[in-house]
Amino acid sequence: MRIRALGVAAAATVAFGATACGGSAPTSSAAPSSSAPSAGASATADKGSGKLVIWADPNRTKALKPFAEQFGTENGVTVEVKEISKDNQQTFLTASQQGSGPDITVGAHDWIGNLVQNGAIDPVNLTEEQKAAFSPIALKAVTFNGQVYGAPYAMENVALIRNTKLAPDAPATFDDVIAKGKELKKAGKVKEVLCLPVTAKGDAYHVYPLFSSAGGAIFGTTSAGDPDPKQVLVGSKESQAAFEKLAELGEKGDAALKTSLTNENSIPTFAGGKCAFLVSGPWAMADVKKSGVAYDVTAVPAFKDGKPATPFVGVQAFFVASKGASKTLAQEFVTNYVTNPDVAKALYDADPRPPALTAALDTVKAADPDAGKFIEAGAGGIPMPAIPQMSAIWEPFGIAEAAVVKGSDPVKAAESAQKTIDGSLKN
Amino acid sequence: MSLDVREAAEVTTPPRPRRELTTAFVVSRIAVLAVAAAILLYAVPPLVAAESWISLTLLLLAGAGIGYLYLTRRFVPAKYLVPGTVFLLAFQVFPVIYTVSTAFTNFGDGHRGDKAAAISAIETGSVRQAPGSPEYGLSAALKGDTLVFLLVDPKTKQVQEGSPDGLTAVQGARLGVTGKVLEAPGYTVLKAPQAAARADQIAELAVPTRGGLIKANGLSRAVEGRAALTYDAGCDCVKGDGDSWQADESQGYFVNAKGEHLAQGWQVNVGFANFIRVLTDPTLSAHFLGMFTWNMVFAVLSVLTTFALGMGVALALHHPKMRGTRFYRIALILPYAMPAFAMLLVWRDMFNRDFGLINQLFGLDVDWMGGMLSAKFAVILVNTWLGFPYMFLVTTGALQAIPRELTEAASIDGAPPWYAFRKVTLPLLLVALTPLLISSFAFNFNNYNAIALTTDGGPFPAESPTVGGTDLLISYTVRLAFGTGSAQFGLAATMSVFIFAIVATISAITFRRTRKQEDVYA
Repeated sequence: MRIRALGVAAAATVAFGATACGGSAPTSSAAPSSSAPSAGASATADKGSGKLVIWADPNRTKALKPFAEQFGTENGVTVEVKEISKDNQQTFLTASQQGSGPDITVGAHDWIGNLVQNGAIDPVNLTEEQKAAFSPIALKAVTFNGQVYGAPYAMENVALIRNTKLAPDAPATFDDVIAKGKELKKAGKVKEVLCLPVTAKGDAYHVYPLFSSAGGAIFGTTSAGDPDPKQVLVGSKESQAAFEKLAELGEKGDAALKTSLTNENSIPTFAGGKCAFLVSGPWAMADVKKSGVAYDVTAVPAFKDGKPATPFVGVQAFFVASKGASKTLAQEFVTNYVTNPDVAKALYDADPRPPALTAALDTVKAADPDAGKFIEAGAGGIPMPAIPQMSAIWEPFGIAEAAVVKGSDPVKAAESAQKTIDGSLKN
Repeated sequence: MSLDVREAAEVTTPPRPRRELTTAFVVSRIAVLAVAAAILLYAVPPLVAAESWISLTLLLLAGAGIGYLYLTRRFVPAKYLVPGTVFLLAFQVFPVIYTVSTAFTNFGDGHRGDKAAAISAIETGSVRQAPGSPEYGLSAALKGDTLVFLLVDPKTKQVQEGSPDGLTAVQGARLGVTGKVLEAPGYTVLKAPQAAARADQIAELAVPTRGGLIKANGLSRAVEGRAALTYDAGCDCVKGDGDSWQADESQGYFVNAKGEHLAQGWQVNVGFANFIRVLTDPTLSAHFLGMFTWNMVFAVLSVLTTFALGMGVALALHHPKMRGTRFYRIALILPYAMPAFAMLLVWRDMFNRDFGLINQLFGLDVDWMGGMLSAKFAVILVNTWLGFPYMFLVTTGALQAIPRELTEAASIDGAPPWYAFRKVTLPLLLVALTPLLISSFAFNFNNYNAIALTTDGGPFPAESPTVGGTDLLISYTVRLAFGTGSAQFGLAATMSVFIFAIVATISAITFRRTRKQEDVYA
């Protein structure tokens, strides 16, 4: 009995093993050669056998499907929208490299630098008319080295979301936010002065408006106005002063910034009425609305006598994969199809991030004023740097932020962050 | 490893006397071979399509070999050895060779592909629309049998034919409202599905102009563009924009005179550069000793605490007077049955200073994940909770194998229970469990999840933002090599080689000691 079972298992394992070895090598080269004859063979048929593969994250997959199908019927091709739920950028890069990637991928604009240095995406050619239809900051975000690399469809940035019952007046400066928050906390009406995710390892994205208002900067700018990777300013005198300011707001100071506030708990805390101010983006609105808290959305105000508070603007875009099998179809879809306001509207309904197309934004604004308020809050913002060097910044910057919030010396924190960033950019 | 050896020894007992072939045996053998053959056949069409005849031959040989091996009555040992060998090659030898060979390259973001791919990416990425050129409306059409472009200038509504020979004017074309050509004498205008079916041909067609090339941009537009950068094979460099970038094979980049490189690079062999970088990394050399010590402490304590707790519980439940053991066993397995990923995140939130259950429950105000010692204590506590059910399971199993007569004899001889445990039960347990404890040590030495999902290496002192208080070598490696978003596989492979060397050395020493112990008790 035992021997028989072993034999069965053995035969099966050999079969699996052998196919694994034999089948792995040639799959990459199989794709182009098999698609070439199909295109020629079906030329006479009315319905071609072309195939377009789109990768999107779970939120957007469903919203894209009807449009993908419509595009498929109009052009007689099969369109597959595939849901990729984790590590989208690295998954796309690895799959592209092997030749099993999609024709189009949906992603954030700050991927562009890395995707370009890996030769994974092609520039997208938009007409002047199409370009004019986008919000200028969205277009700037998808422009890298002077080329447009994606068709933007949504924008997001953080704003100050305020509980209007607890804090009826829109604060003019960030000092007012802190003062009001402290007053409410003293009166026992709230538990936290401010809900801004700091987390144990810091969160550069959420704190950046405050950092910039206090005079800090990450990169210098090139003559073209782009972030300059050769000038890292995290350790500069101005940035040190900004970290000093964050330290004043930190756990040893006003206790407005706390490492115990995370992305997971800051939104529920605000929605539960336990803090009057939340610094977050459009993704927080579903929970905030559900909670029934009376709220308003305004730009994150600057410090008194400070510089303007500039949030990072993130742009979601469609990219054409360089190594896709049906590039012409992909270009057609990205340049002439998703630049259509209806698509932008549908994507907004699936996930409420304000559309990048001005026309679509106007439609959305009428139904949901928050979308317009977020766009206004981001008007003074800067696109998140898309240069590959930015990946060296996030973590050291965050760690410096968390350290000063906990009470470490701001000068030392800023200097060692600078040193770490310089070290990793050198390699 | 020694466990495997023992199992193998068991398997190679002399074959039993030949027995009668039952129908069920023959049928099941044929069924399994048929499935195996079907799986092999599944790989044939892609191999034929890719015209990789060598792989196809190998595949067919493998299929024939398997069929012969399991249908003949001979080669009985091979029947057992072949599957194991295949898996050893596929899952052990190949990954090790691949990792070590990657360690000598700069494989990573910016250096993923080969040079040809980098050149093509540089050229395509630099194609810019020719200044002042019209944004042509495009209709693909057939002139006879050849594919041509019918290009409409949106301003003048003038129609031109674009072919590989250049542009020629077309007379008498009828335009639709969208500005695309509906009909033209002498041409068959393709409808959208027909054009989509020829997408590959459309992508290949390039119409030369004075300023550059007109290429399709999707199915309904065409753009006159020009590559700002071009590769010159003569000088092995990229030229354009008034500059020149020379290929540098040592770093896999095109570099100009100022030392700046183009974004797109390719994978090259960098020799021992990664190894030198690891050995001379200033952060690593300054913090290696501290990190290594903590890594050892973490792994050893994880093993000891889980083993002590698991064994204690197993001994308690093993007691003959214990009631309701089944219920307790189920309850104790629960932490093991729940996904560790989710549990680690739940624990992380329970340790939160202001919002966490632990501080609220005990009325404390400890910044668990923020203090050096408290964070270390917290991760070991969490790891103990996650790991003890495993130790409980294996100890329970090993206890069943220890005859009760031995402990009973000890108590009859008047040995106190603790003494009997120490001198009889524990040594016998250890004989069976030491290999598991060593593998548990090796696992915890590289227990990335336990750190990454709880403290993520933190807390980080302001003066060293790269090495945190609870960082293991592996979590530091991942941060160094992958950071946030960018990947350096070559460096990561080098670090893996170093970590492998450390774990292998420690395990080898411990196994040697274990063997001595086994000689005493076995």
